[in-house]
Amino acid sequence: MSTARRTSLIILAAVIILFLVSWFAKFSAVQNTGAPFGISVRDGFYITLAAFCSLAIFSFLYKDNPYYKFAEHLFVGISAAYWMCVGFWSTFVGNFIPKVSRTLSDFFEVPFKSFDIFYFIPLILGILLLLRLSNKYGWLSRWSLAFIVGTTAGLNLIRYLRSDFISQVSNTFVPLVVDWKGIDAFFSDFSLAANGQFIMILGNWVVFIGVFCGLVYFFFSKEHKGFFGTASRVGVWVLMITFGASFGYTVMGRVSLLVGRLTFLFGDWLGLID
Amino acid sequence: MKEILMVFLALLLAGGISSAGAQESAPPPDTGTLVVTPAPAPPAPVTNLNAKDKPNDHGAGVVVTWPPSADDVVGSTKVFGYAILRAATPEGPFLERGRVPIGEGVFEDQGSLDEVSPDYMADHVDYYYKVRVISPDTTVYADSEIIGPVQSSGQWFNTNKVPVLIFVLCFTTLAIFFINHARRGANLFIRPLAGIEAVDEAIGRATEMGRPILYVLGLGTASEIATIASFTILGRVSKKVAEYQTGLIVPCYDPIVMTVAQETVKASYLDAGRPDAYNDDMVYFVTQSQFAYVAAVNGTMLRELPATNIYMGKFFAESLILAETGALAGSIQIAGTDEVAQIPFFVVACDYTLIGEELYAASAYLGREPVLLGSLKAQDYAKAAIMILAVVGFLAANFGWVDFVNLFNVPSN
Repeated sequence: MSTARRTSLIILAAVIILFLVSWFAKFSAVQNTGAPFGISVRDGFYITLAAFCSLAIFSFLYKDNPYYKFAEHLFVGISAAYWMCVGFWSTFVGNFIPKVSRTLSDFFEVPFKSFDIFYFIPLILGILLLLRLSNKYGWLSRWSLAFIVGTTAGLNLIRYLRSDFISQVSNTFVPLVVDWKGIDAFFSDFSLAANGQFIMILGNWVVFIGVFCGLVYFFFSKEHKGFFGTASRVGVWVLMITFGASFGYTVMGRVSLLVGRLTFLFGDWLGLID
Repeated sequence: MKEILMVFLALLLAGGISSAGAQESAPPPDTGTLVVTPAPAPPAPVTNLNAKDKPNDHGAGVVVTWPPSADDVVGSTKVFGYAILRAATPEGPFLERGRVPIGEGVFEDQGSLDEVSPDYMADHVDYYYKVRVISPDTTVYADSEIIGPVQSSGQWFNTNKVPVLIFVLCFTTLAIFFINHARRGANLFIRPLAGIEAVDEAIGRATEMGRPILYVLGLGTASEIATIASFTILGRVSKKVAEYQTGLIVPCYDPIVMTVAQETVKASYLDAGRPDAYNDDMVYFVTQSQFAYVAAVNGTMLRELPATNIYMGKFFAESLILAETGALAGSIQIAGTDEVAQIPFFVVACDYTLIGEELYAASAYLGREPVLLGSLKAQDYAKAAIMILAVVGFLAANFGWVDFVNLFNVPSN
């Protein structure tokens, strides 16, 4: 037996022993709360398994290893099966059957709504998709794909046109000067508060110039030279500042996810946090 | 004798009435007797009630309007609000459909077309409405006259969306014009995009290193515009991969996306004259759980060590995890997404990033097909139109051209 293999086996044995110890400790802790024996065993196992899987995923920070692979495959397998079940019970049983068959609705114990022949269209398209498994009729699955991509692209065109195009344009219609009461009033009431006149005027200017220059950056039919080049560079600056702000904001969200996981490990598992 | 009896009774009755009147005006006697205070006068009822089918909806909606009650004035405390009641017949029973506070005179009775819903409201069926003016004492109210019958119905055309129709027609006309222009062989200029120029270079690098290319389509469904653009880029990449005989790995999050991706790669291998080299296992489904998918792709990156990672499509919280792992594996990375919140992560962790709209342009730039080029040109002209409209709208907002500004206020429904 090679040294590397022996080391791996020793580590595996240590992990198994640690798992069993943790399970027993967690079982005892849960039983001390007055829980029945069976529930204590089950909860102790679940918490220990979740903690070890979390640590296995964290071990990727060091390098790829068998424990990470185990957690990865477990996670992928369980989630794939889970989503397949969700798809069956929510889409097929939850939406389709109550609209096509009273007998099947009774069988699956879901309330029958009313017969709707249009629900057979997705059924047929779904069957056509499954024909991919056939070498002879696999080409028929392209009809379903064409339907899905075509109709949703058409629907999205309208949605995006309203939300991204027209709303974007209308939100750029901002007054250059907000609630102007004169130079004296402007300086006497000068404030850097968000609802102050200066910041509101500045905000409107930034919105207008930012949108205009951003659009210039995304104009592909012309080389970015001269005025176009300058406006494009301003557009890039606006984009990068926005991305920077977005980066910081999102990182904060990610840190909260990490805190959540650490809270589980140190609280639910180790019991170090109340 | 009879007269004496009549006078006695009259005096007795008069005495009773006067004593009752004295009790009303006098403070309540401290004898524990129940004293009935008169109910407050009800508020003035609503008049000129109006009810009609809700316009521009899919049905099951009626709009009820009314002028405020005469007692619904500033400073008055007689009106607490309005309750809107509906019945299937003028005789009732009337059921309350909602309430609105004082000062308001509109209520949208929005039901459901779902027959099993408790809020079911059938179209083309007579309904009758009345508005109840409620006083602070809810037992005191005044009902309006009953109005009806009124029927709800769905409309085929939503007139609120006429501006959208105009823009769609303009854009479609532009797209058809430029597509035909491109088909006639016109040289349509598109400025070079660094991220796209790098794709060919990255494929060449992978070929030289003898390592595969990892192509990630993101978490979007096949209906997302970003995913559709990504299919086009995948087609171009896989064609090059087939020509250079490099490996290709496409792990998919969505089963429909996987199916389309398989078709795309298969067609590209066919175009490249290498249908024999295509293998369905190149494009495979992983799972529809976000972080399980990430774990699997990360594992693939470190085990297969792809020379190039290409991320094109819709990405969410997994973007940085993927890009960081790819950087750790030493791969060249090219990313593109229209998900604004994720672009910063790709910018910091990838070698090249296609920002938003560039992703759509990339598909046309790589493909050089007349349809895509024409569409891209049409998009550019649409952007030019936005810039002009933005400037005009900016002036409109400053000079008070309200009609022009209102033209762009399209409701979401």
